Amino acid sequence: MTPRKKRITIVCAIIAGMGIAATLILTAFEKNLLYFYSPTQIMNGEAPKERSFRIGGLVLENSVKKNPESLEISFILTDTVNQIEVSYEGILPDLFREGQGIVANGKLFPNNVFIAEQVLAKHDENYMPPEVAQALQEAGAEMPENHIPPQ
Amino acid sequence: MIPELGHFTLILALAVAFVQAIIPGMGFLRRRADWMAVAKPAALLQFALVLSAYGILTYSFIVNDFSVLYAANTSNSELPLIYRISGVWGAHEGSLLLWVLILSTWTAILAMQSKKYPVDMSAGVISVLGFISIGFILFSLFTSNPFLRHFPAPVDGGDLNPLLQDPVMAIHPPMLYMGYVGFAIPFAFAIAALVQGKLDTAWARWVRPWALIAWVSLTAGITLGSWWAYYELGWGGWWFWDPVENASFMPWLTGTALIHSLAVTEKRHALRNWTVLLAIISFSLSLLGTFLVRSGVLTSVHAFASDPTRGVFILVFLGLVVGISLGLFAYRAWQLRTITPFSFVSREMALLTNSVFLLIIMLTVLLGTLYPLILEALGGGKISVGPPYFSRVFIPLMIPVVILMAIGPFIRWRQDSVSTLTKQLRLPAILAVIFASVISLLLPGKLNLTAWFALLLAFWVFNSCYTQLKLRLRNTQSLQKGLKRIPRGWYGMIIAHIGIAFTVVGIALSSVYSQEQDVHMVSGDDRTLGDYRFEFVDVERKKGPNYQADVGTIQVYKNDKQLMTLHPEKRIYNVRKNMMTEAAINTNLLRDLYVSLGEQRNTETGAWSVRLYYKPFILWIWLGGFVMILGGLIAVTDKRYRIEVKQENIKLDDKYVATS
Repeated sequence: MTPRKKRITIVCAIIAGMGIAATLILTAFEKNLLYFYSPTQIMNGEAPKERSFRIGGLVLENSVKKNPESLEISFILTDTVNQIEVSYEGILPDLFREGQGIVANGKLFPNNVFIAEQVLAKHDENYMPPEVAQALQEAGAEMPENHIPPQ
Repeated sequence: MIPELGHFTLILALAVAFVQAIIPGMGFLRRRADWMAVAKPAALLQFALVLSAYGILTYSFIVNDFSVLYAANTSNSELPLIYRISGVWGAHEGSLLLWVLILSTWTAILAMQSKKYPVDMSAGVISVLGFISIGFILFSLFTSNPFLRHFPAPVDGGDLNPLLQDPVMAIHPPMLYMGYVGFAIPFAFAIAALVQGKLDTAWARWVRPWALIAWVSLTAGITLGSWWAYYELGWGGWWFWDPVENASFMPWLTGTALIHSLAVTEKRHALRNWTVLLAIISFSLSLLGTFLVRSGVLTSVHAFASDPTRGVFILVFLGLVVGISLGLFAYRAWQLRTITPFSFVSREMALLTNSVFLLIIMLTVLLGTLYPLILEALGGGKISVGPPYFSRVFIPLMIPVVILMAIGPFIRWRQDSVSTLTKQLRLPAILAVIFASVISLLLPGKLNLTAWFALLLAFWVFNSCYTQLKLRLRNTQSLQKGLKRIPRGWYGMIIAHIGIAFTVVGIALSSVYSQEQDVHMVSGDDRTLGDYRFEFVDVERKKGPNYQADVGTIQVYKNDKQLMTLHPEKRIYNVRKNMMTEAAINTNLLRDLYVSLGEQRNTETGAWSVRLYYKPFILWIWLGGFVMILGGLIAVTDKRYRIEVKQENIKLDDKYVATS
């Protein structure tokens, strides 16, 4: 091979490699994107049926029901206008409590129950997940008084 | 009065930073020795001033001066002294001041060692560092002043977040910052070289120890942070691909590429513009990391909007640094083209390939971290990128890096032949297959291909390191003499590579063989994970120094023999009423037993939710990190980095040469 041909081969190999890598990366990326929906958006039927997504809102007071025999738990998530029932099996984060803003990842089932795979609450009780804050605003809710915007 | 003194000292430091940036900088451009001579005293004076400002802030914390707003927000009189001192960097304002302090410390150390560098180079570097310091002190004074007061002073402070009341968490941020700020120095050298349009192998030798120190600190910061998350957050994870973690991991990736590319520049005078580019990228990512984390932009664009001054300052500063340095690079890089040719099969090529891979990995992490922010800023809706994206992309891209890591050191500079390499590498490869197969058969649990492959990679690296050592000792009469003759830099490399092998083993085996159960338990219940049977005894309420705790008792049996008792805790801290999970962990080289309490599920039966984890080889993840740190530290002490420069050979404008 002449040096010129060799160089062309190398460049082609690099471009092909980068192309394959880029395709793989972007496919993995697309598959793992989690969109966020508020209870109102879900009630309007905007949320996907098959795909996992994130939901956020306030845990409604007196809505948490624990199964005394297992780790099953269910609670109602609200953006103060609409409500969605969330069901979860596992250990909740330390900061999970009624009235607290939380975010959960999971899927929506046909009976409009959100089955959460993961429940997230931030490490500060005054902190409201920004998605939740905005969802509340869009739903037209008054901001709760203890809400201090994050630093 | 005293906090005002601190404020005033910081303002003075700003003034000195201006002097340090402008006068030696002009001297560097005009080649005037008298102006350049300002660099060292200015750097030292700035250091002294920033140190006093920092000391005064610490003093306010120690004496519980809660009229200082920042202390009132982040400290408390009940806090043990050590956490009042580390609490200074427990939140935004103080950690920014720590940033400035570390920057001025590195600059002062560089100034003290200025005999190692030509006078013009050290003046140029100190000037660039001065400009960075100006940016940060301005940021501190105008948007995040830690010395602000408020009257009347509260009786007591708001307390340090209990998550941060931990010895590892106390040293994690300074280590991380030493790393971030450490990359400012290779960056400053890169800028000075670009301005001069001249970059020789000596330049690479000056930069290498600085890049190494930064890399070591960053490695330490990341390792400690991951370890802390594992034992302190109470759910056994050690890496979450969280934006905050990614922010520290991205400069680590390009920093790793930088130390390798510097080797090529030093040994072969090649890849010069690539090295310069990596230095610029590493520091830019460090800035991006500090700023994104500290401004809260990462959690959401809306959090960013909640404090627009900080956000705007950040963007402007970042834009200036990246814009100016890349502009300069575009303008001057052609002067630094590689003159020394190398063939396709050469160590230069291997190192270049590795650093390209590291750069691509960084870009994939950057994509996953920034895409949600950019999309949201453009009004495209709210999304987040799930951790599976990162692991799915990171692992396949990392495999070639690890494979090449073992081959690279065998390849000769400039040109080598594939057949010699195959001959040298055949035995390490065969042995790696044998070792990996034997160990995977010995492991408890089913034979697993992922585990086998990870072991294969690890042994591949390890065997190659061993073979290289043997090759190095081939022609020496005595072992001792042979070992002594090998430079420290080489030992550092070998040790750091072995560290990677450790981490690979830890990550793969712990993720393949871990057993995890989240269970509902009442007194007397038991569960079996691996060979271990966990029996839940009870939970009792106890009092700690500044918290109340529910302390669980869990007995662990192996083959029906009682092995140990674990006491996980659930704490409520008195001041902030935060709830904290303290996991109980029993660690050894082969496995961790990890138990943490969830919550009380049933007051009548005394049932609790409990996490039980059996995690084989997880310690190896951090062990590998510490081995890498050790390797880096050994490499820094290499004696060729102590060489001093003959200053007589530097051409300066004769008119202004200082007479002293």
